Amino acid sequence: MDHTLSLPLSDSAVRELKVGDSVLLSGILVTGRDATHKWLTDRFIHPTETASPEEQRTLTELRSLLAGGAIYHCGPVVAGLETKQYRFVAAGPTTSIREETYQAEVMKLLGLKAVIGKGGMGAGTLKACGELPAVYLHAIGGAASLIAKTVQEVLGVYKLEFGVPEAMWVIRVSDFPAVVTMDSHGNSLHDGVRKHSTTELQRLLA
Amino acid sequence: MKDLTPEILELIRRTSTNLPEDIESRLRDARENETPDSAARKAMDTILANVEMTRRDSTPICQDTGTPIFFVKLPDGWSARDLRKWIRDAVAEATRLTYLRPNAVGSLDGKNTGNNLGSKYFPTIHFDEVDEGPLTIDLILKGGGCENVGAQYALPDDRLKAGRDLEGVRRAALDAVNRAQGEGCAPGFLGIAIGGDRGTGFVASKEALLHEAGEKNPDPALDALEDRITKEANQLGIGPMGFGGNSTVLGTRITAEHRLPASYFVTVSYMCWAYRRRKMTVQGDRVSYS
Repeated sequence: MDHTLSLPLSDSAVRELKVGDSVLLSGILVTGRDATHKWLTDRFIHPTETASPEEQRTLTELRSLLAGGAIYHCGPVVAGLETKQYRFVAAGPTTSIREETYQAEVMKLLGLKAVIGKGGMGAGTLKACGELPAVYLHAIGGAASLIAKTVQEVLGVYKLEFGVPEAMWVIRVSDFPAVVTMDSHGNSLHDGVRKHSTTELQRLLA
Repeated sequence: MKDLTPEILELIRRTSTNLPEDIESRLRDARENETPDSAARKAMDTILANVEMTRRDSTPICQDTGTPIFFVKLPDGWSARDLRKWIRDAVAEATRLTYLRPNAVGSLDGKNTGNNLGSKYFPTIHFDEVDEGPLTIDLILKGGGCENVGAQYALPDDRLKAGRDLEGVRRAALDAVNRAQGEGCAPGFLGIAIGGDRGTGFVASKEALLHEAGEKNPDPALDALEDRITKEANQLGIGPMGFGGNSTVLGTRITAEHRLPASYFVTVSYMCWAYRRRKMTVQGDRVSYS
């Protein structure tokens, strides 16, 4: 099935998505990867440090931007750093599994309905996808300039002090292409492929 | 000697934006091998559209421009000190021009230097003095996704029943591909080093990636093993992006280095489909790229 989706997503729209479906996504996304997930966890989920008033404000704004929305595991190449007239040059997905430890709680904290990345995620995220409900969308790794072309506008950036790849970039996309590889019905394409390949490996090494 | 910073900047631009023809040709074959309308086929279509777009627009193929890894062959008359300076200057300028993403992050303070200039290994520069021939600079941009799925095995490995022989190498290589799944941005390419120590094994496995895809290995036994590993890796069915499919590995290159009696390392460097590799040759006043 092919779907054209607008963010934010409703629960019923999420429930309709099945593993293997192609989607074209439009609306506001926020990028976030290793530093973001760790920061959200260390400040707000299992605080090891008190969040500053500015950090509290950032969380409030993120929650409002991302209610029913999508976080994108991506460390982009961005032009216009000197003038702050930001433009996305290259923006493919990064490997998602590094965020597995944090992902389910971050989804709940921000009210996410979708996580976008590559390589798939684990049991904790899949469980959260069923409960919330939410989906994992797989973008095409390395197709960075093609994906950057779907970014219509950079609306802002949080935590630029994390560095360009790790900052949270707020972007408006149009027809961002991805594939549903983990759905809200407990299915993961990645589990199936891994099971198959491991059986084949055992045969080849017998 | 003439300052080569502008020419090295051009090498970086070409490497980041223009995928080599031998790699693109393998990707096109891989597309044909996937079932029409499958997620794997669509992924290959997207990949190929991106390859064409970046060549035309001179933009990075992948946003993860990796650690720039330079291999410099240096004849008499050139100074490694000069070249290091020119390379570092060119890397910083390429970052400013967005051919490279700022990727050098302090491991203790988490700070990004903003210009891809880090401590002594970032960018990585290997110098090799040569008796004759032109000055050559090979560059590989290898992103973190595929770097993270690289693996090193100390044989014998009981779990894999991998002994200290080519059959052991085959077992280790296939295990590495299965562990990688789609995380290294399949369909990928394998550079494998047998021997060396833990450090030189990884260097040699990356150097193996400088060869063209499909180039014959002068050692017939290694040549046969390369073909077998590629074929069997594809039987795992991991497919493009790990979506399931026929194309998982599109080429393997193996090198054998001397080792200690006590050590038998098999080091696998996994290169993503965005196999960014270019070479610059300087002969007299003439600079050419391939």
